[in-house]
Amino acid sequence: MALAPSINCAETDLTVDFRDQFLLTYQHMLLARVLEDKLGSLYRAGGRIVGGVYIGKGQEAFSAALGVQLRKGSDIYGPLIRDQAGRIAYGEPILDCVRTYLGTITGPMRGRDGNIHRGRPKEGLLAMISHLGSLLSVVAGGLFARRQAGTLGDSIGATSIGDGGTSTGAFHEGLNMAAVEKLPIIVSIANNQYAYSTPNTRQYACENLVDRAAGYGIEGASVDATDLASCLKAFRAAVARARSGGGPQMIVGTLLRLAGHGEHDDASYIPDKTRQGPSARDCLAVAEKFALDHGWMNSADLRDLNEEVRRNVDQTISKVSKEPAPDPFKENWQALSCADLVEGQHEA
Amino acid sequence: MSITYLEAIREAQYEALRKDPSVFLYGQDIATFGGAFKATKSLSKEFPNRVFDAPISEDAMVGMAVGAAVEGARPIIEMQFADFSSVGFNQIVNQAATLYWRTNVPCPITIRMPSGGTAGSGPFHSQSMEAIYAHYPGLVIVTPATVEDAYWMLLDSVQLDDPVIYCEHKFLYYHLKADQIGERGLPIGKARIARPGRHATIVTYSAMVHEALRAAEELQLDGYSIEVVDLRSVKPMDTDTILASVARTGRLLALGEAFPWGGVTAEIIARVTTEGFHLLDAPPMRLNSKDTPIPYHPNLWKSHRPTTSTIAGALRRLLWY
Repeated sequence: MALAPSINCAETDLTVDFRDQFLLTYQHMLLARVLEDKLGSLYRAGGRIVGGVYIGKGQEAFSAALGVQLRKGSDIYGPLIRDQAGRIAYGEPILDCVRTYLGTITGPMRGRDGNIHRGRPKEGLLAMISHLGSLLSVVAGGLFARRQAGTLGDSIGATSIGDGGTSTGAFHEGLNMAAVEKLPIIVSIANNQYAYSTPNTRQYACENLVDRAAGYGIEGASVDATDLASCLKAFRAAVARARSGGGPQMIVGTLLRLAGHGEHDDASYIPDKTRQGPSARDCLAVAEKFALDHGWMNSADLRDLNEEVRRNVDQTISKVSKEPAPDPFKENWQALSCADLVEGQHEA
Repeated sequence: MSITYLEAIREAQYEALRKDPSVFLYGQDIATFGGAFKATKSLSKEFPNRVFDAPISEDAMVGMAVGAAVEGARPIIEMQFADFSSVGFNQIVNQAATLYWRTNVPCPITIRMPSGGTAGSGPFHSQSMEAIYAHYPGLVIVTPATVEDAYWMLLDSVQLDDPVIYCEHKFLYYHLKADQIGERGLPIGKARIARPGRHATIVTYSAMVHEALRAAEELQLDGYSIEVVDLRSVKPMDTDTILASVARTGRLLALGEAFPWGGVTAEIIARVTTEGFHLLDAPPMRLNSKDTPIPYHPNLWKSHRPTTSTIAGALRRLLWY
């Protein structure tokens, strides 16, 4: 029983505008892939990156296809763990990423938080906490406040989650509230089949996660998330519906995480059969072939682009490596913005 | 004309809504119905599109407030009972409380928590949550004990650029009355000498201030003069005023209605013994509720929480040491 449609890109969708967005998104995906490969190497080499590295390999198409629809500075975006590509597509500079991974004081989190826990909330890019599902209501709250203040216009919100995160109470509460308020929010669910090591069969019991959309009274669609063209089509339509008053939109993408939960994890729990199945197609390779097949790029373009992206990543990491680390003696250690209410300032 | 503690809370919200268009109210049953305790009575009529009913989703209510605050709003969230804030705990301590420190973006939200016990309310409609939230960096916890503080501290909370847990005591809602809302009192962070004395100090807050004052009256008959310090805010805690009082009396009873393990009274004792050990003429004492869930039947409930007579008993032991 399929309650919600599955989006597929057709030849008739391939307008000039679509082609331009496809190529732009592909560049974002490639930059995310190269950047995260590099971060993974730095982490494994030891010393430079503490904590962990959490990459979105295999999820770039689905993530960037949403991010590229958003308007930086006016739309509210709450990316999650595997959204490096979506962040780039939204307009977050990769400097913010590298500075946060390396923990320099030059970054938006100033060494106070790291890796994917970063953002610039005043510019519309929220900084996720680790508790899955809890960002949904925050994005909804921003939209709610704008609507109440009369400043919403046609701006929208968007947030991402995985199959595992949909099991949380926070996800349910947040989505139900957004639906009750008919807020213009895109909820993108990357069903990568494993929440850390836990497979879908231990996560939910419905046939397809998108079937839940009907239960919330919102629109939902599913898409093959390894296929950039289909992802773009799905998110373009969902964003258009949200901007024009259609309320929350759920998009469920089926794919496979082509990495561990973090770079510390070899994902040995994913069986070979799954690794060789259709959901394990590399979205970057699929998009590349699509562009080449349609004559939108040639192999020389591809080579030039790769060189440019690698240079960009290397230069960024080299620059940030020279930037200062936080100094505990200069840190103000104040969790409140009202300094006069901070306790213990008189203590040694 | 007189005004109750509950009416003062309603009036403060009226004033906050009137003064600042970025203030809005969000909570269960608070719009047309006016709230389970009527703390928002008729506000939705007086301020259309400013007072909203929420689904039974404490997590989403607080998350929503954080998102709204980022956009420049100053939401007031009503928890129907403080007890239910445990469902929104994660958003309070991890989302709201860390926002400024992590991102440099202030989080001006006020979460109203109808707190504390009343007879017949039982284990899940009687809790005092101030110590739980005070434990986390990034939150301000206020515990008004008077009509005047209920009013002014709520207005001050809404104006603060940080998340405030506003613990309003349900026992005081109807019992506590004043002729009028007085002039603006002390700022948040300053304790108040509710009653001056020479022989012992009770440091307490919220509804227990009134039990302490009654116990002090009782001891007055025996010739003892007891000082009562009303903390007003448990975080920040006004250690200077506490130490100054203990310096005058040499004896300390830390009193609270919350559960006994850890918490505000333990914090008071820790501060006085570490920073003012030399001021003490007797070992400091603590009095809290019993270490069980809060009972339903009035007979049990009255014995579970500190009362005037158990406080007076503790004071006598403290004075006779």
